[in-house]
Amino acid sequence: MSDFTPNIKAFCCHYTSQQTCAEGTEGLKQDGFPESVSLFRVPCTGKIQVSALLQAFEDGADAVYVVGCPVDSCHNVKGSQRAAKRVVAVKQALSELDVEAERIEMFHLERGFHPEFVAVAQEMDKKIKELGPSPLKGESA
Amino acid sequence: MIIAERKPVGEIVDMTRDHKKVLVLGCRGCVTVCSAGGEREVELLASLIRLGAKKEGRKIEVQEGTLVRQCDKEYVDSLDNWKGKYDAIVSMACGVGVNFIANLRPTTMVYPAVNTTFFGGSADQGVWTEQCAGCGNCVLHLTGGLCPVARCAKSLMNGPCGGSQNAKCEIHSEVDCIWQLIHDRLERLDRKEQMLEVAPIRDWRPAGHGGPRKTLRDDLSV
Ligand code: SF4
Ligand code: SF4
Repeated sequence: MSDFTPNIKAFCCHYTSQQTCAEGTEGLKQDGFPESVSLFRVPCTGKIQVSALLQAFEDGADAVYVVGCPVDSCHNVKGSQRAAKRVVAVKQALSELDVEAERIEMFHLERGFHPEFVAVAQEMDKKIKELGPSPLKGESA
Repeated sequence: MIIAERKPVGEIVDMTRDHKKVLVLGCRGCVTVCSAGGEREVELLASLIRLGAKKEGRKIEVQEGTLVRQCDKEYVDSLDNWKGKYDAIVSMACGVGVNFIANLRPTTMVYPAVNTTFFGGSADQGVWTEQCAGCGNCVLHLTGGLCPVARCAKSLMNGPCGGSQNAKCEIHSEVDCIWQLIHDRLERLDRKEQMLEVAPIRDWRPAGHGGPRKTLRDDLSV
């Protein structure tokens, strides 16, 4: 395994990230939340525009993911469904640029406290460590 | 309106490969309404062009702009606002906009960022369907307002081809047979006998088969 530490940006809504607020960064770390992931909280994932997701890649992210409410029980009804569609649009654009579409993902998680919030961060961390740095950073050109 | 959709990003990155400074230019007309080339799409494409260039280790400056319309000389003239800031334009307008820029800016390189597809309308959120083909000699008064030129796969003028099944066109089970719809609609309107009138052989010159078309309105050209 290389010593590559990915730069992963996670966008999550108030409801799915309650645990973070309650535990703080230190608490999350103790739960095993990887240091490679930086969290950006938004009121609702439906508010995240495709441009913000692309901007994250422009700012040097190796991967981006979005955590929103379960598809059929979003606090804002369709917010997480909208987010999921925008994530698919970015996946499509990444493929068109010959970049692995798995560098962006959508996760639908229950609100409140649950181990899955940490688990998806670990999953992304593991996957991106395997994939290596994003070609969009231009370092391999 | 005119419907368009963005070309695959890889193709657009290929077009811009030789340039150091490009202007991604949207249009506030039809392509804004069908979400193919308005201000928001300009922002996304600019970002994707930068990412594509970075991936290849190239540097590119990307300006963003959106004109009221790209199919009007008056608005194309406002390109002067970006004078010296670009060496090629990536137009997100329909093909008309790209042609207008090429007509009016003889020494400027311009590339199309969208595929211009058809004249249509928004049937549902995120769904557009073709309705008219701009044939130059409208027959909608004979067909209950439903267009057999654009909406029949064979542009038939005298009723169905005979291949439809369950009111669907023989080319695809998801496509309505427009002649079935015309029949049903004329029946509802109590005009079914209109179907019996034989349409004369058409002169397709007004549809573009006689070369590029032009409209001249003397009353407006003082
Ligand atoms: S008949 Fe011609 S002008 Fe009329 S709707 Fe059809 S294509 Fe358009
Ligand atoms: S099935 Fe109907 S719509 Fe399809 S080609 Fe025949 S007449 Fe035209």
